[in-house]
Amino acid sequence: MLQFNLPKNSKILKGQYFKDKTGSSNIKIVHIYRWNPEKNENPREDTFEVDLNTCGNKVLDILNKIKNEIDSSLTFRKSCAHGVCGSCAMNVDGQNTLSCMKSHKDIKGDLRIFPLPHLKVVKDLVADLSTLYKQYESIEPWLKIKKTKSKKNEINQSKKNREKLDGLYECIMCACCSTSCPSYWWNGESYLGPAVLLQAYRWISDSRDDEKKERLKMVADKLKLYRCHTIMNCTSSCPKGLNPAKAIGSIKKMLATS
Amino acid sequence: MSAYNIIDHEYDVLVVGAGGSGLRAAVGLSESGLKTACISKVFPTRSHTAAAQGGISAALGNAGEDDWRWHMYDTVKGSDWLGDQDCIEYLCKEAPEAVIELEHYGVPFSRTKDGKIYQRAFGGMTKNYGNEPVQRTCAAADRTGHAILHTLYGQALKHKTEFFIEYFALDLLMKNGECKGVLAWNLNDGTIHRFRSHITILATGGYGKIYYSATAAHTCTGDGNGMALRAGLPLQDMEFVQFHPTGLYGIGCLISEAVRGEGGYLVNSKGERFMEKYAPKAKDLASRDVVSRSMAIEINEGRGIGENKDHIHLHINHIDRKIIESRLPGISESVETFVHRDVTKDPIPVVPTVHYNMGGIPTNYKAEVITSNGNDKTVPGLMAIGEAACVSVHGANRLGSNSLIDLVVFGKAAAKRAIELVRPNSPHEKISQTETEKSLDRFDKLRKGKGSNKTSELRLSMQKTMQSKCAVFRTEKTLKKGIDEIKKPFKGMESISVKDRSLIFNTDLMETLEFDNLIRQAITTMESAYYRKESRGAHAREDFPKRDDENYMKHTLSWHNGKEVKINYRKVNLSTLTNDVQTFPPKERVY
Repeated sequence: MLQFNLPKNSKILKGQYFKDKTGSSNIKIVHIYRWNPEKNENPREDTFEVDLNTCGNKVLDILNKIKNEIDSSLTFRKSCAHGVCGSCAMNVDGQNTLSCMKSHKDIKGDLRIFPLPHLKVVKDLVADLSTLYKQYESIEPWLKIKKTKSKKNEINQSKKNREKLDGLYECIMCACCSTSCPSYWWNGESYLGPAVLLQAYRWISDSRDDEKKERLKMVADKLKLYRCHTIMNCTSSCPKGLNPAKAIGSIKKMLATS
Repeated sequence: MSAYNIIDHEYDVLVVGAGGSGLRAAVGLSESGLKTACISKVFPTRSHTAAAQGGISAALGNAGEDDWRWHMYDTVKGSDWLGDQDCIEYLCKEAPEAVIELEHYGVPFSRTKDGKIYQRAFGGMTKNYGNEPVQRTCAAADRTGHAILHTLYGQALKHKTEFFIEYFALDLLMKNGECKGVLAWNLNDGTIHRFRSHITILATGGYGKIYYSATAAHTCTGDGNGMALRAGLPLQDMEFVQFHPTGLYGIGCLISEAVRGEGGYLVNSKGERFMEKYAPKAKDLASRDVVSRSMAIEINEGRGIGENKDHIHLHINHIDRKIIESRLPGISESVETFVHRDVTKDPIPVVPTVHYNMGGIPTNYKAEVITSNGNDKTVPGLMAIGEAACVSVHGANRLGSNSLIDLVVFGKAAAKRAIELVRPNSPHEKISQTETEKSLDRFDKLRKGKGSNKTSELRLSMQKTMQSKCAVFRTEKTLKKGIDEIKKPFKGMESISVKDRSLIFNTDLMETLEFDNLIRQAITTMESAYYRKESRGAHAREDFPKRDDENYMKHTLSWHNGKEVKINYRKVNLSTLTNDVQTFPPKERVY
């Protein structure tokens, strides 16, 4: 029988314990994945005692507090802090989400924070999204229109046609959905994954675009598209409440009926 | 000599920053065939343009008659006559074409009944030179910035701009007063890169994070402005910091002006619609400085809401739920997420919050950077656009939805000017190693900082000082105190502590480098504010409550040589660019 072993250096070890120094009685125990590429060491899980009396409600507030007050070497991405830039996507309490939108009050007991799963880790909570970005580029995310259209005016689009883009264009490319998808874990190089397929569908659905057929053809591939097995993790993890699974289903339906 | 290996690159044009303006420039440059690189410390769609909500102004006239001259008048008046009228003319005249272009790129604008781009009312935007409100602000629901940013990134991909993502720009490489490129640090593998370019375009955004409470992202640290100051160049009009009337109370997240544009209104603890008192005609849609000041007065006089009487209510619950769902879905989500309220039922708690920097790197309308030794002169090889620049089209106060249009109009203008100036693939001049060494020494010194002051503590002390000494209302006393106080965190850098010594994704060091940029801007902001002894636009001096055109109709220039600030002034351009429109002479500003 075949036996699979994880490489030795992938085992997560117990890390440092940072005890509270404020004497607060309102403490949250927070476990965070740490890995420094410049040290020849295994990843570890550090534990921090965080005083909630002086901390905002969101998971990002906890991370900022740790970085500012306890361990400035803690590494994570952050930017807008209100759920529009998609920088701070990570795995919180077993769910992929944006740390700036996720309230830690919803989480009973200890809090566990990991990088987005099944991606190469750059450092601590920073994961490598370069494959996903290349896949995004591959669907040619720009409007394709015939040169004959007048440049003087907008291309008319009825309210009804514009509504077809609702639920699609709002995607912030945080990758919570793609990195929660088992199919994408196993075939991430060839399967486009929910985030990119949602964007493919956004351009397929744009009434102004003149290359709908070519776009459909571009994704009609057993690996690129049909690795979706409707597991639906994507939809349940989207922090913006979008439904990539439905978009993928719609692409499949269009292909089946065209 | 520091021990860093340097990887060299050569490009015709280098864009630093990949927000709305940087991407729009990159699109124009790449399309023309110039070899273009765009470096950014975050992936392009993470840029702060994504947070712009309400819309982008342009006199399209899709919702009733409009004229770019009316838009120009509103912008001049909004700027409290500190804006340069040649630049404002250029902005407003070019705006409609720039928006149509965005639509052709694929921006999913909301639509009118007849399929045209939807336009909404916004503060200070009027018909026929200051009469009733006009619907001029083009919108994609309340996610206009997001929609534009993602679309522009797609266009840049289409035209094959070469991106260097998660590269942190360290310093400009200057030679005899000309810019020859930029030194940058690749976060993902820790390497140092030297980009040589015929033209460098700074599109690095604003510096809202000098304040404690701001709608700005953590990344809004004005890195380009910091680099300009270190290169011996001045920043302009730094005292003009816009407080957005409606930042979410206690959170700081932006609640778009579109809420008031769609009919929302502000209320004090007595239930009064107090804006009627301060701006009888425009009411809740007066310009942002006016509304923010009125709110601050209501709070200061004890009519604020809540236990501490420290905020104001924004009502939108009288508006049809369907309209809220289709036009303000993002706001509804933010309010639900952060303060657990349903905007269709409850009022939104808001407070004036730092939002935008009118000041920045001075440029002309072609985006070329200007310095001054008494007379204006351009800095060869250097351009600035977007919030990093001070063209100046916003003067002392920016109108809502004028920043997105600023990004695309001047992003495009920069590309156009660079195409005129640069011969593709022409050879690069040699630059001395000293510039690189100087920058790497600073980098290395901070990286190995083993003093006693944490970056986070110095940053907090800067932010608290700015918040308390340079807020909506200012006085001689607070500013004087502020000048002394704000020097402390800068001095504190001499004994800085950086715990993480690594080079790969060292955000401890990155935040320290960002702080180095921020603190210089905080200092120049405070001093510029101190020396402007009048009230104009966003700069409200309690001790000098009137605008003083005789002495202060001029732009403040501020230099920071690493030790002290030098202040000087340059003329405001009241002349127009062409004869298509006449100068709007200064008059009293009432809404």
